[in-house]
Amino acid sequence: MTIPLTWYLILSGSLFTIGAVGVLVRRNALVILMSIELMLNAVNLAFVTFSRQHESMDGQIFVFFIMTVAAAEAAVGLAIVVALFKNKSTINVDDINIMKW
Amino acid sequence: MPNVFGESFLDLIGFVLLLPLAGAVVNGLCGKRLNTSVVGYIGCATIGLAFLISVLVFIDLLRLSPEHRLFEKEFFTWIGSGTFTAIAGLQVDPLSTVMILVVTGVGFLIHVYSIGYMHGDEGYYRYFTYLNLFTFSMLLLVLANNFLLMFIGWEGVGLCSYLLIGYWFEKKSASSAGKKAFIVNRVGDFGFILAILLIFVTFNTVDFTEVFHSTPEHLTTGSVVATAITLLLFLGATGKSAQIPLYTWLPDAMEGPTPVSALIHAATMVTAGVYMVVRCNVLFVMSPFSLTVVAVIGGATALFAATIGLVQNDIKRVLAYSTVSQIGYMFLACGVGGFITAVFHLMTHAFFKALLFLGSGSVIHALGGEQDMRKMGGLRKKLPTTYKTFLIGTLAIAGIPPFAGFFSKDEILLEAYTKGNLIFWGLGAFAALLTAFYMFRLLFMTFHGKSRMDKDVEAHVHESPRNMLIPLIVLALLSAVGGFLGLPAASAINSFLAPVVGGGGHIGGVDGGQAHHVSQNLMFSMMGLSTGIAVVGIALAYLMYIKKPELPTQIAGMFKLIYKILLNKYYVDEIYDATIVNPTIKSSFFLWRWIDVKVIDGFVNGVARLVELNSEALRLFQTGFVRNYALSMLFGGIVIIICALFLL
Repeated sequence: MTIPLTWYLILSGSLFTIGAVGVLVRRNALVILMSIELMLNAVNLAFVTFSRQHESMDGQIFVFFIMTVAAAEAAVGLAIVVALFKNKSTINVDDINIMKW
Repeated sequence: MPNVFGESFLDLIGFVLLLPLAGAVVNGLCGKRLNTSVVGYIGCATIGLAFLISVLVFIDLLRLSPEHRLFEKEFFTWIGSGTFTAIAGLQVDPLSTVMILVVTGVGFLIHVYSIGYMHGDEGYYRYFTYLNLFTFSMLLLVLANNFLLMFIGWEGVGLCSYLLIGYWFEKKSASSAGKKAFIVNRVGDFGFILAILLIFVTFNTVDFTEVFHSTPEHLTTGSVVATAITLLLFLGATGKSAQIPLYTWLPDAMEGPTPVSALIHAATMVTAGVYMVVRCNVLFVMSPFSLTVVAVIGGATALFAATIGLVQNDIKRVLAYSTVSQIGYMFLACGVGGFITAVFHLMTHAFFKALLFLGSGSVIHALGGEQDMRKMGGLRKKLPTTYKTFLIGTLAIAGIPPFAGFFSKDEILLEAYTKGNLIFWGLGAFAALLTAFYMFRLLFMTFHGKSRMDKDVEAHVHESPRNMLIPLIVLALLSAVGGFLGLPAASAINSFLAPVVGGGGHIGGVDGGQAHHVSQNLMFSMMGLSTGIAVVGIALAYLMYIKKPELPTQIAGMFKLIYKILLNKYYVDEIYDATIVNPTIKSSFFLWRWIDVKVIDGFVNGVARLVELNSEALRLFQTGFVRNYALSMLFGGIVIIICALFLL
């Protein structure tokens, strides 16, 4: 029995929504980073699903790129969080509005 | 004409110009590091050499036959544009030769005098730089072979005049006097420029020789163009030569060092206007109306300035008004067609007025800077040489024979009578009476009577050093004998200058100045009359300032109003202030405070303010919270997806 395409997409959409909502509502920078990972992986799932559906490797190649970017992003993001914590002793994003002049 | 150099001295004319310029450059660039005496030597030597060359040029010119006495040395094409060309070159003819002899000769004496007078001044090198630069510009003015080049010299002397009047610029009155001279002259220069443009439009050239030779073809006597050109030229002359209505700068110009007043504001620069009118006599003859204007303005100025001179107490200011008045005589002569007489008076005036100014400088020097004649008196014994030379100068200007001023002034009066009318003669004669009076008033107040000096000033009174006295003596000699050049019987200057006046073709019945048809009787009776007038003036001054010193105060009391008007120089400065200067300043303030600050700045600042206000509103979107940005990204993404799904 094959699992229908829709199910994969529903799962992917749900994961993406959970990630997006997490980014928007959580205040802990680490959790936000994790939520971003969740969104990226939801997209990966969608890519793989379509790749299988269309029997083409393009989608899977994309997934590799996204994973690379995600790793880089996580590294940079964590470095920023560490630097922020050193300076401000907090990783609560509501306390961090130094981007505003 | 060959000489020891194998060529004519006339070819050396360029050096007459170059030497003073070189002196100015050397002194200007390295004067600060040079020894002061070296600076003085450079200044004097360059002018002295220029004078020697001028003499050689003069001799060479004399060896040519009168009708060939025109030598042009062209250097390069200055402007070549379409049909318009201006060739930079020098023109040596009798008129310019007389001028360069006067400029370099009197200039040299004044340079020598300056060494003593300016001794110890900290701007010594600056002074000599300006003085040399002035001489260069003045020579350029008189030697130029076209109107444009002449204009360069014209502006150059104006600049140097400004620099030298404001030489002691740390003094407010001196710097504003310099500015006044410069700005008032601008008005005249404006007329001169317009005249040059009009000449170019009419003649299609600005070269003197070409313009004057083709005058009969391009202008008809009494035409509007001729009148316009000459009146505009004369406007330029009134500025530079301090005539009504633009004379107000000259008395203020006395703020400069006294030798400067002697050189620039008495002997040379202020006569540039006379030179220009004489140079353009061919044009002026084409417009009888302009000539009348010239004569009226000249005669009026001669009388007007003389009346002001009657009551002034500053020794240099009396001389300044006397200069204005004497130049008025020259224009009067020009106006009635006596161009040569004007040049003759220009020359004698250069001698005796330079002498008088240098003499007054010697007095001021002796009194440690005092210029008020009420604080002088009795200096005859203490400054014997200055007194003697000054007396000669005063006799010369008053018109006592056989001194220089007598011959030239008498000739002007004669011309005014024979070629003009009784009114012109009356103006001149009355001014001559006043001249004799105020000059002897000056002499008596300064050198005769009891001393009215402050005690500490009196203790330091001393005769000036030799290098100041020698120029005085030389000028006194020239003032004494200079008039014989124009002896009515055998006038050397008349025959020398005759080719210049009347130009190429002999025009309009104006002959070379001397009225040949004047009978001997008339001439001698005129001479007697003008001598009589001078003697009356002197006697009046003697009566009022030696015999009965209380008389002037009584007279001043009797004619209070007139005295006050004269003392305040007819309130002309005040009138100019009220009608021209203050409105200009006020409207400038208006332009500054309203147009510039409010309108122009307001517009620029308003634009910036508008952008700022908009930004104030827009910056509310920039909360600085990452989540808000993420939310807007999400919305943006959703909008893009919706668009992609439903619109494509």
